[in-house]
Amino acid sequence: MLKFLIEKEFKQIVRNTFLPKIIIMMPVMMMLVLPWAANQEVKDVRLSIVDNDHSVYSERLVNKIIAGGYFKLTDVSASNPEAMRSIESGKADIILEIQDEFDKSLINEGVARVMISANSVNSTKGGLGSSYLSAILADYATELREEGGQAVVTAVEVPSFGVMPQYKFNPHLDYKVFMVPALMVTLLTMLCGFLPALNIVGEKEAGTIEQINVTPVKKLVFVLAKLIPYWVIGFAVLTVAIGLGALVYGIYPVGNLLTIFLFATIYILVVSGMGLVISNYSDTMQQAMFVMFFFMMILLLMSGLFTPTTSMPEWAKTITVFNPLKYFIQVMRLVYLKGSTFFEMIPQFLALCGFALALNTWAVVSYRKSQ
Amino acid sequence: MEDKAIYTENLTKRFGNFTAVDQISFEVEKGEIFGFLGANGAGKTTAMRMLCGLSHPTSGKGNVAGFDIAREPEKVKQNIGYMSQKFSLYEDLKVWENLRLFGGIYGMKSKEIAVKTDEVLQELELERERETLVKSLPLGWKQKLSFSVSIFHEPKVVFLDEPTGGVDPVTRRQFWELIYQAAERGITVFVTTHYMDEAEYCNRVSIMVDGKIEALDTPKNLRQQFEVSTMDDVFQQLARRATRKAD
Repeated sequence: MLKFLIEKEFKQIVRNTFLPKIIIMMPVMMMLVLPWAANQEVKDVRLSIVDNDHSVYSERLVNKIIAGGYFKLTDVSASNPEAMRSIESGKADIILEIQDEFDKSLINEGVARVMISANSVNSTKGGLGSSYLSAILADYATELREEGGQAVVTAVEVPSFGVMPQYKFNPHLDYKVFMVPALMVTLLTMLCGFLPALNIVGEKEAGTIEQINVTPVKKLVFVLAKLIPYWVIGFAVLTVAIGLGALVYGIYPVGNLLTIFLFATIYILVVSGMGLVISNYSDTMQQAMFVMFFFMMILLLMSGLFTPTTSMPEWAKTITVFNPLKYFIQVMRLVYLKGSTFFEMIPQFLALCGFALALNTWAVVSYRKSQ
Repeated sequence: MEDKAIYTENLTKRFGNFTAVDQISFEVEKGEIFGFLGANGAGKTTAMRMLCGLSHPTSGKGNVAGFDIAREPEKVKQNIGYMSQKFSLYEDLKVWENLRLFGGIYGMKSKEIAVKTDEVLQELELERERETLVKSLPLGWKQKLSFSVSIFHEPKVVFLDEPTGGVDPVTRRQFWELIYQAAERGITVFVTTHYMDEAEYCNRVSIMVDGKIEALDTPKNLRQQFEVSTMDDVFQQLARRATRKAD
């Protein structure tokens, strides 16, 4: 019986005008486009300079800043209000104002002041931009000091000791290494959670589920027949995604590939269960889509995909405990970057098993073949 | 009572305060074509859904193909066929694939299905459409195919919920020929319809008004009883008594 139903599902998926395309496009988009886009490195900060000094020293500072590559000089303004206008009109992100007699105070007093004003509407850009700029200023001061003077150029206090960080597991702080494994999680969520759920609701809308309900097909069999094709697709797509990650970015899991697949199996059960619960409570595709969209936003933003869950407020941290995405994203990053073994990830394993059990029990209980 | 295809005793379905089906009792013989008539909202579909095991009765008893509808709905399902009001074959599957799917669901073997598929398509004169997707068939053909799917596994009883809705008179005629053929093979046919000429084709007819069965007999006897010349007049007289609004 199951055989005939699975056969039917595959035929329907292949004949669908939309599904095969999305099944191919999704991993391609996720793996080839998103790692570049979901990147929090700040580059090309647009800088407006107000140089009140016009000396050799100030010019050298400006050249140094431009040479760093992080900043793009948009304009040199005559006064601070004028520079503010270019921020307001969106032409610049940061103003660097160099005080009058910058060179003189540098030579005579050994200290000169500059002012950094950053547009912090995008707080990441504003914050990182001004700290890059401070770093360049500090560097410039060191340069001058080495040349003999006791000059200090400062916007903030200059640390008196040098820090040489050694970044473990992701030595180049490449954001893609961090994102690629996590994006695979969202891929599985969509393919194995949401697509089969939409498929079931689609049968409700078409009325064909009624025809199945009068047959002796057991609900477990019907649901399995819906899920198995997407499980197969999910594993195939995950394999393709891992391959793309290796080919395009040279990102391989440091840990065992089998560990990834083991966790993926449990995770697929979790999201399938979640999708089934949603499909049981939805009568139309539209309804199901809205519910999924609502949950997807929360699940993604509270999963640690973009921002670490540990730096969230206490109440938000409590919510993330109930987010299965969080655990699988952790697992993927741990295996990919640190090479963690199964035994180091028992807590995540137990959490995911708990979700799988709870969601699937809920799905079975809430599914009704008759009223 | 075990030798009846269907029998019910005070079968009732309530939704909150609303009694959709109110203590209906009737019997259907094996191989009979039983017409189940009633205005919209009279409770026909609800009664039929209970008999098919889709809806649980609030009270009363029902037995279909020898199984209790409340206690053994899955066994009932194994022994019935059902064709719903809403056309419900898989539109994105081919003609033969629909037959194969439903045959498989009822536990038929692949070979058995292949042989039976040839037979059915020949009977329906649809051999040339074997590879056609169901969605591109004309409505009349779809209805005939849908009926053939519902009796593909040779059920004891087949339930047809307004099977000829929206179909032209010629196709309706052909459709009823299929029903007669099925009945001759011993399949009990339980059919709802709004066409009173079709009621004349049934062996016996029941008419539901406001959730109750108000009349049950052969079409001929009903016409005599109500002293009118057509089933349409019988229906009009009874339907006028309804206090419930049509849905």
